[in-house]
Amino acid sequence: MTEEFEGMEQLRKIRAGDVRTASRLIRNLEDELPEAKSAIRRIFPHTGRAHVVGITGSPGAGKSTLVDALIASFRKREKTVGVLAVDPTSPFTGGAILGDRIRMQRHAEDPGVFVRSLATRGALGGLSKAVGDAVHVMDVMGKDLILVETVGTGQQEVEIINHSHTVIVVLVPGMGDEIQAIKAGIMEIADIFVINKADRDGSHQLESELMSMLNMVPEFQGGWRPPIVRIGNCFEPGPFGESLEELAAVIGDHYRRLVETDLLGDRMRRKTMVEIHEALRDAILAPILKEMTESGEMEEIAGRLLRKETDPYTIAAEVARRRLK
Amino acid sequence: MAEKKIRIMVAKPGLDGHDRGARILARCFRDAGFEVIYTGCHQTPEQIAAAAIQEDVDIVGLSCLSGAHRYLFPRVVEILKEKGAADITVIGGGIIPDQDFPSLYDAGIKAIFTPGAPLDTIVQWVRTNVQPRNE
Repeated sequence: MTEEFEGMEQLRKIRAGDVRTASRLIRNLEDELPEAKSAIRRIFPHTGRAHVVGITGSPGAGKSTLVDALIASFRKREKTVGVLAVDPTSPFTGGAILGDRIRMQRHAEDPGVFVRSLATRGALGGLSKAVGDAVHVMDVMGKDLILVETVGTGQQEVEIINHSHTVIVVLVPGMGDEIQAIKAGIMEIADIFVINKADRDGSHQLESELMSMLNMVPEFQGGWRPPIVRIGNCFEPGPFGESLEELAAVIGDHYRRLVETDLLGDRMRRKTMVEIHEALRDAILAPILKEMTESGEMEEIAGRLLRKETDPYTIAAEVARRRLK
Repeated sequence: MAEKKIRIMVAKPGLDGHDRGARILARCFRDAGFEVIYTGCHQTPEQIAAAAIQEDVDIVGLSCLSGAHRYLFPRVVEILKEKGAADITVIGGGIIPDQDFPSLYDAGIKAIFTPGAPLDTIVQWVRTNVQPRNE
């Protein structure tokens, strides 16, 4: 009874936009507390309103600075903004320095903006495991726009496509030759390309390489050819502001296109599939692994594998037969 | 599986831009396994308090080398209290004369570390006095 009451109270506060309650729930999700799952059960029916925009690119490409500028653009359009900024966890100590916020602190006191930093905590793919549910929380808070900034990515960290409606890939000049190398993976997921630091040498070469890459695509989903937005030096407010306006407009255009062509439904379905996979893994695989580890069975299996008495596939088949009837 | 981590914010209030100490501490907290949110320099107490709440940190470490700590440190504690976040621990460090300690403690600053304080001592203080979510 009281737990139910607390749950409803939590939902009410989050829907009213209460930052403290929302941030604590995100924390509980990161720590995988059981009560956090019940909370998601309650908020899930209220999700699906926000436009989720993923921002990815290599370390130092200028993602956080771009997010900061986008917050300002969307605030001017009277949109409320949530930001989830992901930085890496140390594989050695489990600690993390979450520094994306430095670039966004001018918005700290704006009640229409909520910035939350997340550590990857071992997740691969450029995000953290909690990111999908954290998006739900910000969505239910009523944020019109949710910007998800990945860790600095290489070629393969494409997890962001499972969590966003619009993906922005941020590139910088001076890595020209690598365009060829990274054609698969991250170059394929962009709905919008940003050439950042476009005042630097090589930006035109980068642009023409991108164009020729796009020219080779036989057909674009929903007829959307990813536009290329050039963004210059953020210390030259005039031109920088103009290019940001262009980017904000293009983000809006993309969302409208998703709605018109019903690609939005596809993207939401993709996210749902990932959520089901993760939830199943948590519900089925995780308890088995935990029990096998705690009972010492895992240790014993490792020994047998090292002595070549068996192989991983035989073990997996055995475990599946025993546990999943 | 589930692990409760300490979340700590390292912030520099006021106009002072000497952030080497703050950065070294941030790094050191990282190595201790904490999740460290670093806000950078030139922050107002209002910005620091708002960020601390958005990030749901357990503790805020303030660094000030300019002499304005007698206003800035207590102000952060005050705003946190106003916003219903009095459970967030606030500690401070920097160039703090001994005679200012009592008034800072009175204002709710839980610990003060000055130049020469060993990093281990600071980390140990956090481990002993702060629990994730202050449970």
